[in-house]
Amino acid sequence: MSSQVAQAARLHDCRKAFADTLTGLARRDERIVAVCNDSVGSSNLGGFQAEFPGRLVNVGIAEQDLVGVGAGLANGGMIPFVSAAAPFLTGRALEQIKADVAYSQARVILCGQSPGVAYGELGPTHHSIEDLSWLRAVADLPVVVPADPVQTAQAVRWAAAHPGPSYLRIPRIPVPDVTPPGSPFQPGRALRLTDGDDVTVIATGTMVSRALDAAAALAGQGIQARVINAAFVEPLDADAVLGAAAQTRGIVVAEEATTTGGLGAAVATLTARERPTRVHLIGVPRAFAPTGSTAFLLEHFGLTAEHIAAAARDIMAHGRD
Amino acid sequence: MLPPDKGQAQKFRALRARLESLAPQQAAPVLRELAQRVRRDDLQMIHRARLGHIGGDFSVIDILVTLYAAVLDVDPLQPLAAHRDRLVLSKGHTAGALYATLARCGFFAHHELETFASPLSALNGHPNRTKVPGVETSTGPLGHGFPVAVGIALSARLQGSPRRTFVVLGDGELQEGSNWEAAMTAAHHDLASLFAVVDRNQLQQGARTEETKQLEPLADKWASFGWEVRDVDGHDHAQLLDTFRRPGSGRPVCVIAHTVKGKGVSFMEDQAEWHHKVPSAEQVEVALQELSA
Repeated sequence: MSSQVAQAARLHDCRKAFADTLTGLARRDERIVAVCNDSVGSSNLGGFQAEFPGRLVNVGIAEQDLVGVGAGLANGGMIPFVSAAAPFLTGRALEQIKADVAYSQARVILCGQSPGVAYGELGPTHHSIEDLSWLRAVADLPVVVPADPVQTAQAVRWAAAHPGPSYLRIPRIPVPDVTPPGSPFQPGRALRLTDGDDVTVIATGTMVSRALDAAAALAGQGIQARVINAAFVEPLDADAVLGAAAQTRGIVVAEEATTTGGLGAAVATLTARERPTRVHLIGVPRAFAPTGSTAFLLEHFGLTAEHIAAAARDIMAHGRD
Repeated sequence: MLPPDKGQAQKFRALRARLESLAPQQAAPVLRELAQRVRRDDLQMIHRARLGHIGGDFSVIDILVTLYAAVLDVDPLQPLAAHRDRLVLSKGHTAGALYATLARCGFFAHHELETFASPLSALNGHPNRTKVPGVETSTGPLGHGFPVAVGIALSARLQGSPRRTFVVLGDGELQEGSNWEAAMTAAHHDLASLFAVVDRNQLQQGARTEETKQLEPLADKWASFGWEVRDVDGHDHAQLLDTFRRPGSGRPVCVIAHTVKGKGVSFMEDQAEWHHKVPSAEQVEVALQELSA
């Protein structure tokens, strides 16, 4: 594609929007603190630390302590953003997330950095593809996956104002802007990005721009795809999902995570119960990734616009009339 | 969230004010009497519910009663007041000891204890922060309370607040690595307002700690992590009160409270099987007599 070079120039690492927004909030609210596990650099919080050295708590390489300390800071009236690489934050400290944060309803904002397969060649130990399945299973914990810098900033502001805990999954794989100006950002409300009554693509995070590319390709083939960005994986927008099930032939779900329990599983469970329809899940299978770069792994697992479009065509071929 | 028992809370305030003016030796008999009442309440709760952790409850009750009645700046009528001192019970399986203590202080009505562990009760087998006033964080899985207490102490530091934080730890629980992560963090930040109280009863669920996985030399471990260490008899209220009142040296303070599991009931004392055994009606009678002596 000739536009690829031009588009590449407009790709963003969402960590910048995360850090800029958090630092801006910290200027206005003394309760905001950042808590890291030797992850100041990987969370892009060097600027925050320089401006608010006393309000960045680095517990060292200790994720259980990281999340517990966050819960304690919340108990004391602070608003802690606990930021660490997503695999270690959600895997190592899962029980702290469950007991100290969610069950205790501590106002902690858990920020999973570099999720999915962003760490590429570093391998499955460093991939965070299970986090959406794990955290969707935890009660009373919103799970938020922004798709671009605009939504990342919205997610940080929403979480800071939300009186309970939340998990923000901050994309690292560069993404283009996909959110129209002035779009709302509310729990349980997904954003419809394209209208279409043939087939629906529900995507989250890094997969949203790929869903839009797929919709453009499908339009060229006479298929009108409805693209929905579900930044809130939990609570899910049930109206948007059931509307898609009622009004289009079926749903493709795309996420940079395992398909065992994330967004796709949520959509499939809801539609199976309320309005059965054909649902095609695109994500990482229940398998450890082979060695390869992020780009290689996205291709390897079919997390591409081409694969999303093919799934949509399959639904058009087999879905109900 | 359970509402406070206003009458009991007023009595507690008066008691608290009186104990504050007394030297540890004078306060001790009052605290001992209160602790024995709490043991009797807990015994009956556990017998009624057919469930509980009576051994660890009885080893920690003197610590909890001393802290709530004579040390902590807490008000049952304002359980979430920002300036309050915090107590985190990390050994959450001894919820019975905590509930019976909180009820005596008026955080909720005494009759709520009758609902312990029954369907839809606020009083779960492990304490739930969102249901029980006075509970600072939900505990139960071991090794969780200490990092939370460190975060609370850090928040006080950031806010310039003089409030103090106490975390009560089981000794067996110290086999969880998360505690040592927290111990390092607290020492690194010189959190002098933080007290870690170890209920050193020498027993864990199945056997002695030293047979299961050795903790000794425990005082040396804490000292080497940068903590001030104080050894006390965990059933001597005067010693406990003195050590909690005594200012620290600028470092966080670890109180190793030497205790006896099942303390106060002859046939339960230092017996591993009484970790979570439920007493029969006859055993309750004998225990009540011993706890009333």
